[in-house]
Amino acid sequence: MTAPLLEVRNLDVSVRDKKGREFKIVDNISFDVQPGEVIALIGESGSGKTTISLACMGYTRPGCHIIGGTVQLGGTSVLDLDLPALQDLRGKDITYVAQSAAASFNGAMTIDAQVTEIPVITGTMTRDQALAKAARLYRDLELPEPESIGKRYPHQVSGGQLQRLMAAMAMISDPRLLILDEPTTALDVTTQIEVLYSFKKLIADNETAAIYVTHDLSLVAQVADHILVLKDGKMVEYGPTEQIIRNPQHDYTKALMAAAHLMPEEIHAPPALGAKEPPLLEVRNVTAGYGPAQDIIALRDINLTISAGETVGVIGESGSGKTTLGRLISGLMGAKQGGVYLDGKQLAPSVSQRSREELRQIQFAFQMADVALNPRQRLNKILGRPMMFYRGLSQSEATREVARLLERVDLPTNFAWRFPPELSGGQRQRVNLARALAAEPRLIICDEITSALDTIVAQQILDLLEDLQEELGVSYMFITHDIATVSKISERIAVMRHGRIVAQGPVNEVLTPPCHEYTQVLLNSVPEMRTDWLDEAVAERRRLVAALD
Amino acid sequence: MTDRARTWRGELREAVGDLTPGVALCLLFLIAVILVGAFAPWISPYDEAEILTNESFSSPNAEMWLGSDYLGRDVLSRLIYGVRITLFLALIITFLSFFAGVGLGFLAAAFGGRVDDWMSRLNDAMLSFPALMLALIVINSLGSSFVVLVFTIAFIDMTRVYRVARALAVNIMVMDYVEAAIVRGEGKGWIVWHEVLPNALTPLAAEFGIRFTYAILFISALSFLGLGVQPPQSDLGVMVKENMQAILYGEYTTLYPAFGIALIAISMNVLVDWLLQRSSAKLPDEI
Repeated sequence: MTAPLLEVRNLDVSVRDKKGREFKIVDNISFDVQPGEVIALIGESGSGKTTISLACMGYTRPGCHIIGGTVQLGGTSVLDLDLPALQDLRGKDITYVAQSAAASFNGAMTIDAQVTEIPVITGTMTRDQALAKAARLYRDLELPEPESIGKRYPHQVSGGQLQRLMAAMAMISDPRLLILDEPTTALDVTTQIEVLYSFKKLIADNETAAIYVTHDLSLVAQVADHILVLKDGKMVEYGPTEQIIRNPQHDYTKALMAAAHLMPEEIHAPPALGAKEPPLLEVRNVTAGYGPAQDIIALRDINLTISAGETVGVIGESGSGKTTLGRLISGLMGAKQGGVYLDGKQLAPSVSQRSREELRQIQFAFQMADVALNPRQRLNKILGRPMMFYRGLSQSEATREVARLLERVDLPTNFAWRFPPELSGGQRQRVNLARALAAEPRLIICDEITSALDTIVAQQILDLLEDLQEELGVSYMFITHDIATVSKISERIAVMRHGRIVAQGPVNEVLTPPCHEYTQVLLNSVPEMRTDWLDEAVAERRRLVAALD
Repeated sequence: MTDRARTWRGELREAVGDLTPGVALCLLFLIAVILVGAFAPWISPYDEAEILTNESFSSPNAEMWLGSDYLGRDVLSRLIYGVRITLFLALIITFLSFFAGVGLGFLAAAFGGRVDDWMSRLNDAMLSFPALMLALIVINSLGSSFVVLVFTIAFIDMTRVYRVARALAVNIMVMDYVEAAIVRGEGKGWIVWHEVLPNALTPLAAEFGIRFTYAILFISALSFLGLGVQPPQSDLGVMVKENMQAILYGEYTTLYPAFGIALIAISMNVLVDWLLQRSSAKLPDEI
C-alpha cells in the first residue's frame, strides 16, 4: 500500500462566541485520501463537513481556529506552512469547487480568462498553453462547443455548464487534490446527473484525489470510494462506500439512508374522491407571462383542479413555470387569458382586488424560510398578525392562539418571543408553515418548502404536513423539482415543462410506465442507492432527451 | 412580558460589553458635550454676551480660563453657549431631514414604478446642485434666521437621506417576507412600518450619526461665512471667524471652537463606524 496523499489526523477546529467561549465544531477527525481516490464527507448542515475540507487547504473561515491535529499533503504539513507557502499550495496542488458557481465567477470577465488565470499569473503555463489545456478540459467535461465556449461570459451559459466550467478551472493546474463542496446541490435534478457524470469521468481520467462534500448519500454512492459520515463535527462512520450503503452500522447513517431522495418502493394509489363534489380550486385555460404586455409567456393553457383535503404535486425543472403558477393562484400576478376559480367563483387577478376572506383561504408558504420570515419580528408577531388580520382576533387572543399553533407544529411555546435568526433551519420552516396555518386556510401553496433542508429535516416537515392534513383537512399544492418527494405525499400530480402541463393525473398513473417521455426523464434522474446506477442513468437520459426534442 | 424586557436589557448590556476603549472615550466625550450644551446657563461662568475686560485676546487666567475674545468676552462661556446652539440646530436639522427623507424614500420604494422614477429623478436634480452654493443663494435671498437656516439645511440634507433610505427600502421590498405580507393583503403603510422600517433601523441610525456630523460642519461653515448664526448669538463657526485675528497675537482663542467642531465630528464618526461594524459582522451570540 502506497503512502496516502492526504493524511488528516485528529483534526480539531473550534469557533469562539462573543463571550470568548470556545466551541468545538470539528472534533477529532482522521482520514486518509489515497492518490486517485475519492472520499466523501457527508452530513447535515452544521456537521462541519465544509470546515474540514477547508482545513485541508490550511484555511478556516473567520472566527474559526484549528486548535489541534495535523494535515499532511504528500509529506508536507499543511497547517505549519506560512501564508506565502499556502498561497503557493492553493490553486495549484489543492483546488476547490464551490457550491454556487454562479456566485464564484466574475461576470465581467470571459470564462477563458478566469479558467486560465491561475496558471498564467503563477507562470506555470503560457497563455496559449493554458488556453489549449482549457479547451481540452471543456471537451472532457462534454461541454457544448468546447472551442468557443470559453469566449463567452458567465451569464451566457447555463448553471450546469458553469458548474462544469468551475471544475475546469480547478483542474487546469493538475492539482493533486480536488475539493468539491456540494457541487451539484444548486442544480436541477436532471442536470445534476450530467454534471455528476462529467465530474466522475474527469476525476477518473486524471487520477486526481478528491474530497466530495455533500449531504446527499445517494449521490455520493456514485462517485466516492470511501465515505465519512459526520454529525455535529464528530465522525460517525467511516468506511468503503459499498460497506456503508449495504450495511450501515450507526443509527444516524441508517436514518440518512432512510431519508435519502429515493423513489418509494410502491406508489400508493390515491383514495377515490367523490366525483360529484365540486373542486376547491380550479385553474381554467390560463395563459400568463411576464413583461409589460405579458408577451414573454411563462404559462400556457394550464388546467388544474385541487379538491378539498387533497395534495396535488406540481413538478418540473427551474424555468418550467411551476412557481409562476403558484404566484398566479395566490394573486401575485394576473393571467393574460383564463382564470382562477375558488368554489366555482372567479377570483380577481390581483391581491389588492380580492376580499380578505378570499385571501385567507389560499395561503402561500415560501421556499426559503430564512428570507420569508422577517428577522426583526418576534414569532408572536409573525404568527399573530395573520390571525388578527384575517380572523379579527385581539392581541391577547392572538398570543394565546400562537402558543397553540406552535405546539401544533411541534415547537416549544416560549419560542413566541424569539426572533427567526435564533432558530434552526428546520424550525424556521415549521414557523413558515405555521404562518400559513394561522390564517386557517383551505389551501396552502407550498413552494419547494423542503428543498433547502437537509434530508432528515425535510422528512420531518413532510410528516408534519401529512399530520396537519389529517387533522385539519387542508389541501396542499406542493411545488417541487423532486419527484421522489412528491410521489410520497401527493394524491395527484402535474408535470410541467416549458410552461405547459405535459402530464397530469393520479400519482400512480402518471408515474407508472408507460408515461410521458419527460416524466421518464425526471424519474430516471432520481438516484438509486447502488454504485453502478450513474452510468446507466446517463445513457438512458441521453436517449430520452434525444427522443423528447 | 418579562421575556421581552430581559432581551432588551440584555442587548444593551451586550453593546456596552462590545465597546472598545477608543469608542468608549468618544461616547463619553459626546455625552459630556451634550450635557454641557443642555445645561449651558448653569455651567458657564459668565454670560456669553457680557464684556468683562477691555483687553482683547487676553491669555488664560484665573478669572477667564480660556482668556477673552476680541471684544473682551469670556471665551469659555461663549464656547459653552456656542456648543449649545450648534448641537441644538444640528439636531433639529437632522431630525427634520430624516423625517422627510426617510418618509419620502420609503414611499418611493413602496410604490415603485412611475412614482419612484419621478421622485428619484427630481431628487437627483436637487442633488446635482452644490450644497453650499444652494444654501448661500437661499439664505442670501431670504435673509438669515434660525428658521431659514434650519429648513434650508434640512432640505439639502433630506435629498441625501432620501437616497440612502430609498436604496435600503428597495432592497428590503424584494425580500420574501415582504412578499408574504403582500400576499396576505397588507396595505403599503403596514408593510413600510412593520416590515421595512425595523430592518432599516441600524443603517439608518448610522446614517443619522453621519448626517448629524455633516449638519454641524455645514452650520459652522455658513456661520464662518457670515450667513449662519447672527450676533450677538454665536455658534462654534461664528467664534472661529470672530477670533481669527488672535493667531496674529499668538493666542489660541480661535482654535478652541475649531477643535470643538473637529472633536465632535470625529467622535461621532468613530461611534458610527463602530455601530455599522457591529451590525454587519455579528459573531454568534451563543453556540
